[in-house]
Amino acid sequence: MPAGNGGGGLLSVMDLCTPLSHEVLMLRAGDRVTLSGVVYTARDEAHLRMIEEGIPFDPHGAAIYHCGPVIQDGRVIAAGPTTSARMNTLSGFLIEKGVRALVGKGGMGRQVVDQLKGRGVYLAFTGGCAALAASRMTLKGVFFEDLGMAEAIWAIELNRLPLVVGIDAAGNDLFDGVNRNAQAQFRKKFQAKREVSS
Amino acid sequence: MNETPDPALGASIIHATREALRQAQITLPPDVIRALSMARERETSEIAKGELANIIANLEMAGSLSVPICQDTGVPVVYITLPPDVPLTCTMYDAVAEGVRKATREIPLRPNVVDPLSRENSGNNTGAGMPAIHVRPGDRFTITVLPKGAGAENMSRIAMMLPSERDQIPKFVVETMLLAGGRPCPPVILGVGIGSTFDGVAALAKEALLEPIDCMTPYEEEILNIVNSLGIGPMGLGGKTTALAVKVKTGGCHTASLPVAVNVQCWACRRATVEVDY
Repeated sequence: MPAGNGGGGLLSVMDLCTPLSHEVLMLRAGDRVTLSGVVYTARDEAHLRMIEEGIPFDPHGAAIYHCGPVIQDGRVIAAGPTTSARMNTLSGFLIEKGVRALVGKGGMGRQVVDQLKGRGVYLAFTGGCAALAASRMTLKGVFFEDLGMAEAIWAIELNRLPLVVGIDAAGNDLFDGVNRNAQAQFRKKFQAKREVSS
Repeated sequence: MNETPDPALGASIIHATREALRQAQITLPPDVIRALSMARERETSEIAKGELANIIANLEMAGSLSVPICQDTGVPVVYITLPPDVPLTCTMYDAVAEGVRKATREIPLRPNVVDPLSRENSGNNTGAGMPAIHVRPGDRFTITVLPKGAGAENMSRIAMMLPSERDQIPKFVVETMLLAGGRPCPPVILGVGIGSTFDGVAALAKEALLEPIDCMTPYEEEILNIVNSLGIGPMGLGGKTTALAVKVKTGGCHTASLPVAVNVQCWACRRATVEVDY
């Protein structure tokens, strides 16, 4: 694992591989990384099933990918990220069991930021980039296939998927910073206008 | 409606629907590709540039491998344009649905259509009222598809505003983007419907997304500039490009009403039109 990713403004790319360990704790929101090794796709229904029946894979150092892929003839055809916020209330048990990374798009809620503290990170992949993702994926297996193609858990091996650290293990949240700024801009624009017109 | 089935016409419609879906799923319209490239030039943050570079690399990959741009291949929204000499028939609805089933098997598309309450998946992207088929009069017999993914569709909003609140329309549109943040896969395109009725205004907002995005009215540009001043940026990671365009479509409404709808479209603004042989 390359060292020297000292959290400054440097945009060196760190290469990560599952199973992940404490190296993820050194990552900082805004860092660019690549992820290799097996990850497990899971969306709403898979999370609910895992809460009920248990996790069908070894969660220690695992990475969960919020994704409902298109699979055909044992191949990954298209597999970009889905909106992670839908899993805001469903992710705590995974992090408690040792999952080190959640991969998806759009960021996650305050409770997940807290749950990740000292344990793991949220990695953002570019939404919609399903063909780019699929070109770096090999299908390894499936759990809960009865949930259907989009909702099943697919074990997929990644080859250097390019990601951005959205939430780090110190509680920094890139999305939250962007949202706060957006809210400030919105207030500035429309409150000023209302005062003028009233 | 004329009930006489016409097998040749049915086959043409099936073919046109499948072909339009194939084109839409694999390549973006040139105006959208241009807007994405220009956005990449404009961005100064490394993260924003990286996100747009991924998007452009993904488009090239989808084209060269002939695979869908995004795994959320959406629900099928279909616009049939009928010239005056072609009567509307039930065959047309059946043939469009068959074209969707064929496209789902052959492209392939992810089966996304479920029963809203049981959540049972039909497995072929059709269901009650799905594909959503809209018929419009026109000069040529065409099938236009606008496959709509859920991430952006879920962030859409509607308001029955007061006629006196006309100047608040930009605020409602920008607020829709503020509430959506990074979730609808920005840079987005905002389709805005103004007027008509409660149901009609949502249809207008969606139809606005069929328009090319490289020309905008001063009103559309004014709203776009405010949206982009939010700094949400590509994928909500910050940047100058939160939206690529705002497109407005208006319709006559009741003197006591001002319906407004915003239909959010992710950067993968997939639309394609194929002419039907008849």
